[in-house]
Amino acid sequence: MSDKPARGSLIGDGLAQIGALGLFLLQVLAAVPRSLRYFAETVRQVFFVGAMSLVIIMTCGLFIGLVLGLQLYDVLSRFGSTASVGTVVAIALYRELGPVVTALLFAGRAGTSITAEIGLMRATDQLAAMEMMAVDPLAYVVAPRFLAGIIAMPLLASIFNALAILGSHAVAVSWLGLDNGTFWSNMTGAVDVWTDVMNGVWKSAVFGGVVTLVATFQGYSTAPTSEGVAYATTRTVVYSSILTLAIDFLMTAFLM
Amino acid sequence: MTQRRSHQIGTGLFILLGFAALAYLATQTTSLANYRQGATYALKARFTNVGQLKLRAPVKIAGVRIGSVSGIQLEPDRLEALVTLAVDKRYDQLPDDSAAAVFTSGLLGDQYVALKPGGSPEMFKDGDEIILTQSSMQLEELIGKYLVGGGDAPGGDKSAKPATPEPETH
Repeated sequence: MSDKPARGSLIGDGLAQIGALGLFLLQVLAAVPRSLRYFAETVRQVFFVGAMSLVIIMTCGLFIGLVLGLQLYDVLSRFGSTASVGTVVAIALYRELGPVVTALLFAGRAGTSITAEIGLMRATDQLAAMEMMAVDPLAYVVAPRFLAGIIAMPLLASIFNALAILGSHAVAVSWLGLDNGTFWSNMTGAVDVWTDVMNGVWKSAVFGGVVTLVATFQGYSTAPTSEGVAYATTRTVVYSSILTLAIDFLMTAFLM
Repeated sequence: MTQRRSHQIGTGLFILLGFAALAYLATQTTSLANYRQGATYALKARFTNVGQLKLRAPVKIAGVRIGSVSGIQLEPDRLEALVTLAVDKRYDQLPDDSAAAVFTSGLLGDQYVALKPGGSPEMFKDGDEIILTQSSMQLEELIGKYLVGGGDAPGGDKSAKPATPEPETH
């Protein structure tokens, strides 16, 4: 697995990384059917990457909602259209902010721990030991985490969105005195289930796959030293954030 | 073993919470919230022009929502728009000479179907057609009419139709 070019040009290294990540994706996808045998492991990983991320996701969602409500109320009141605070908050959240911010938090909260865990397995030769016992580490270690990311992210993003909506409602209605019925009726009049809510669900599922793929790849191909694990963890956050935002742009362009 | 069990319970709770949040977002904050599927009955109305009327647009009497537009089709033989209205069963006391008009909420807002109650003792039944209709006012046509000076604008309101009382601007 450590057949990377030792010292190449920056571009060569980058290309090699992208190629290796693509090949790793194919290997993981091929391992997914085999990993169904270890379904309990997938459930356990949903708990670790999903349920354990709930606190940070809920807190951040609430604050994002509070801030959005405050800012939009201020800006829209200049045009006398505070009635559409709910609409703008909902559309911005469902389409972009919910999936993207959740993915960035997910990379920081769950991606890093996946990389560190798998990296340490690599460094302490646990992965090699699994292979000796005829347990495929791709099917037992990597694929369950990948699946868990795809399952957990849409749920996390939905929870994030729901709390953000409640937060913006609290600011706009309870604090700044916008009419409750206006807030909801404008929102329900303009937000669509398929183009807005489900759009965000597809996005967040893809982001969940991207983040866990990068995280498992970095852990799996780390240099087997403590320094290597540290670098791999950093790269997980950097690469998965960049990939998330780039793929977000592509998906927005195609799904619109 | 107990640890695994608590993981499973936690995972189950997490998944339930996630789907509850998704269901809340999908049903309470989107256009799905606007049509409670209560018992309704259907009325039909023909318009020469429905303008920007959309499916699920509200149907109102005196500004109060009583149902929604459930279908908009072109009638191939008469080349008119056939609009199907789903009216809440609670409002089944509509005189059968009531008139329907396509209005715009505000100057540039969404369009809706307004019903004006008539005086007939007979009430509409499921599947009846509203005879008296008034098409949507097209801003462009109005401007065109004033610019040209009141000449008969092509494709305007069918003058043969008994016009409903003066069109109100809401």
